[in-house]
Order: sequence, then structure tokens, then C-alpha cells
Amino acid sequence: MRDELCRQLVTRSSSERMIFLAGDVGFMALEPLRAAMGPRFINCGVAEQNMITVAAALSHEGMESWTYTIAPFCYARAFEQIRNDICIQGLPVKLLANGGGYGYGVMGPTHHALEDYGILLTLPNMTVFVPAFREDIGQTVCRAGDLASPAYVRLGHCEKPAGEIVPSYAPWRRLLDGAAGVMIVVGPLAGSSWSVLRELDAVIRPALWVVTELPIGCNQPPPILIEALKRTRRLAVVEEHVAQASVGQEICRWLIKAGIGIDRFCHLYALGYPSGTHGSQAFLRQCSGLDPVSIGKAAMLLANET
Amino acid sequence: MWASTDPFSVMSLSKTALKQARQRLVGMHYRARAGHLGGNLSCIDAMMLVHHEFMGADDRFILSKGHSAGALYVTLWSLGRLRDSDLDRFHQDDTLLAGHPPAKGIPDIHFATGSLGHGLSLAAGVALAAKLQNVRRRVFCLTSDGEWQEGSTLEALIFVTHHALNNLTILVDHNGLQGFGSTDAVASMDPLHERLAGFAVEIRVCDGHDLDSMRAALATESNRTVMVVLNTVKGRGVPDVAGRIESHYLPLSAEQYARAIAEIEATP
Repeated sequence: MRDELCRQLVTRSSSERMIFLAGDVGFMALEPLRAAMGPRFINCGVAEQNMITVAAALSHEGMESWTYTIAPFCYARAFEQIRNDICIQGLPVKLLANGGGYGYGVMGPTHHALEDYGILLTLPNMTVFVPAFREDIGQTVCRAGDLASPAYVRLGHCEKPAGEIVPSYAPWRRLLDGAAGVMIVVGPLAGSSWSVLRELDAVIRPALWVVTELPIGCNQPPPILIEALKRTRRLAVVEEHVAQASVGQEICRWLIKAGIGIDRFCHLYALGYPSGTHGSQAFLRQCSGLDPVSIGKAAMLLANET
Repeated sequence: MWASTDPFSVMSLSKTALKQARQRLVGMHYRARAGHLGGNLSCIDAMMLVHHEFMGADDRFILSKGHSAGALYVTLWSLGRLRDSDLDRFHQDDTLLAGHPPAKGIPDIHFATGSLGHGLSLAAGVALAAKLQNVRRRVFCLTSDGEWQEGSTLEALIFVTHHALNNLTILVDHNGLQGFGSTDAVASMDPLHERLAGFAVEIRVCDGHDLDSMRAALATESNRTVMVVLNTVKGRGVPDVAGRIESHYLPLSAEQYARAIAEIEATP
């Protein structure tokens, strides 16, 4: 998605208000943006805390501030800067975070982002974008860019199955119809889930939904999803994020408040590093039960009567 | 020579105004039973001087050592930017005048500070924005001396020097005492001005309680970021706490308050 991200940012950078701060990353990805923006593209070096606060101050002075670094170096390293200087101030800084979930694979846990949106959504007025497909990037850049409040964009890889056409962008989209409940997937994992569920008959599979903007409280599920939940009372939530402060937890809270009962609930989430070893994103997903086989089993669990 | 614009700098700072500010500061903290008085008293002279003589309406002041919010409130009061009744609400319920500067509600305060190590990056961003927007704006950032133990402050210093932000002046309240000991005993960077001399900043050292000494340090422009190290005394003017660690936290007793007011009054 990074090439598309760069392309969209280059287009947006025609606005003189825009300024882009990078944390010494972007090699073989952001060079066109750097060339297009000139002095408004600043490599802040290996100093993420300073980068985030400088971005906040630039935003305070009327500029459209974007920052870019590897996800944990943003939300974890500079959390207090995000909290104090962006969110308490209410400044519309846009935080681009590369490598959501296990995206950096065998690079190891220091480079993974398993608790990012849960942590950040504790902060006031924060919106999180988790674009699922390459096709989402244009709208993500526009919507995050136009937002008058802080935004965090969790970037991953596009996993769209071959031959499929992504529906027009919306925070909630139905990718597949199905009669056996509802499966909600956060971000790029929706692509892999799509590959699995499209092989199942619509009668025995859940409807597949992707959500790409959080929190749920500001982006309520659409009526047809709610209707399907009320009718089937079966729900699976799939996300590359730890269970605490997850979308799965937040949806349960929302269901209780809405008075919607669920008979069968399945939550697939990141378990951390249960094997004690390291590996690719695919390997780490498998260890957490986020791989295609596990997603297929979750779908069947919703479908089975007993 | 730096030129500043109205309305802040219409007159030079008088010793009478400074004395009134110090008394108001001590009284405000005493009535609120508030601590942090020592660090307020060490920097109020510089804060008053900068606001009265060096800042124009378009300039920015960022209080990185947010625990000296009281001195900032009093300074704004001395300029007519806050009312007496505002100061009476200091540290009270439902106030805008919290123990550390608020994010919103006071037009001359631009950022919520209080966690040390943020202010210099904020100042860097404001100074950089002015450069990019071709705005003539001078930015002042007041840090504590202990704050230079924060890694983020050094990140910020690297940034401001790399970008040659010569519209930024860093003030360091070098009172030598921090939360639980002297800066020398806790994590020494003494002499601070020599430790930081390796960065591309122009360091000027002055007496932070002598107006003429500070005027000389602040007056001239540079093609680099200027850092003014203010040699100060924590709790200055309050005999019971001056130069003592107690002044970082403890509120004044009635007797200490009475002696403080008398001491400030007697100071020429």
C-alpha cells in the first residue's frame, strides 16, 4: 500500500499548508513525496518524541501536519506526546503508522503493533483508520487529512483476493453476503478472510464485513448489519490486535448497550507470541489463530447448530 | 537589536512592577496552599522582563517548566491579560488557572505543559512554522535546568540547531535544585552551559535576577538559536525557603508568608 500512499500524498501536497515529518523511514517509498514537497518534507531523524510534538506545534500554527514512522515508534514511543501535545490540545495531526499488527514479521516484537488502536482510542477525539485494501488509501488520506481532530492511520498490506472488486469506500462495508451470522474483520485481514469465506456456500457462511474506521461509538454499524445480528444472533470478530481494548470488546459493549443478544460469539485476536519463536506475519498469525484455516473454522463454528 | 511589536512591550519593566508581581505570586500561592513556589520565584524576573520588554503581540512564549504556571499567570496579570479575580481562582475548583498551564481558555497560553521535556519541541514547531510561513515571530521557551535530563529535550535541541531556528530563544532557569535533590547531586550536567556548548546554539549566561544582565543577554540577534542560561535562586525572596529543596513542593505557613512579603517589600 505504500506506493499508493505516496501517490495520494503527493497529490495532496499541492496544498502549501501540508507539512510531512518522517522519522528516518521511507526509503524506497517516500522519495517522490520528498521531491514534491521540498522543504515541507522534513526527516526528523531518529527522534520520534520530538517529531510528534513538533507536528503538534506546526498544526497549532495552522499547518496540516502528517507524521510517518513504524507503528510502535509512533504510538508506543511517543504516547505521551500524542496524549499531551496532540489530543489534549485537540490538534488535527495525522499519524501514519506503518506495519500494523504483525506486519513487520520476523523483524520481531519490537516492531509489531498489537495494541495500537486500543491504546490510542483511550485518548480524546482520536480517530483510527485501518485501511483494508489498496483501493482504500485514497479515501483514507482524504478523510484523515480533512479531519479536524487527531487521526492515526494503521497501515498494512493489501490482501484482496484475486479477481474481486472492492466495494466503494465506507467505514463499514459488506464484502460477502451470508446467512450464518456476521463476521466483522478489522483492516487488511478482511482480504484473507474474503479468500476463505468466498469458497463457502452463502447458506452456511457468515456475512463478511470489514470495518476500517474506529471507534465503533463514532462509526456505528449500519442497519443491515444490525438486522443480521438480530436475526442470526451469531457474531465473529477477527482482528490483528490483542483482546484488551480490542474491537471485539468494544462491539460486545455496544451490543449490550443496544440490547442485542448474541448466542454464539467467536473472537479471533492476536495472542502475542505463544510459540516463543519468531517468524513471518503469516507464521505469527497462525500462532494466534488468525490464519485462513482458523478463520474458516470460526465461520463454521458460527454455522454449526451445535 | 530585536524589534518587538505592541501591545506587550510598551514600557520597560520597573522594579515596582516586579515587586508587585512577586508579592502577588507569593500571596496567590499562600492563599491556595499551593507548592512549587520556589521554581516560580526563580524565573518570574525573567518571565516578566521577556513579556514586558522583548515580546510583541505576535511573539510566542512557551512555558516548558509548566510547574511555574503561577509566575506566568502573574506576568499576564501584570500586562492586563488576566484579571485580579482570575488570579483569585488559582488552584481552585472550576478554575482555568490550574497548577500547570491549560490547553485552552487563556489566549496567551498556547499549550498545556507540565510534563517536562515537551516545551522545546513545541517551541521548535512554532518557530519552524513561522519560518515556513514567512512570519516574523520570535519564540521564547523557558525550561528548567533539571529538564535537560529529559531525552526529548535533547531531541528537540538537535532539531532546532539542525534547522537553524534563530527566531527561537531558549531560557534555562538554572536554579540548581530539582524535585528530590540538587541537579548536581541527582544527575549532574554542571556546568550546563559548557555541556550544551557542543550544540550549534549561542549560549549566553547571565544573572537571572538582574534585569540589566538579562537585557544584555536577550538583546542581540544571532544566526543561531540563542540559549540564555539564567543563574537563579530557587525560592528567591522568601527567606525560609530560598535555595532549599522544600521550596519545590511545600506551601508557606502564615509566619513564612508574612516574612516573605516583608522581605520582598524591603528589597530595593
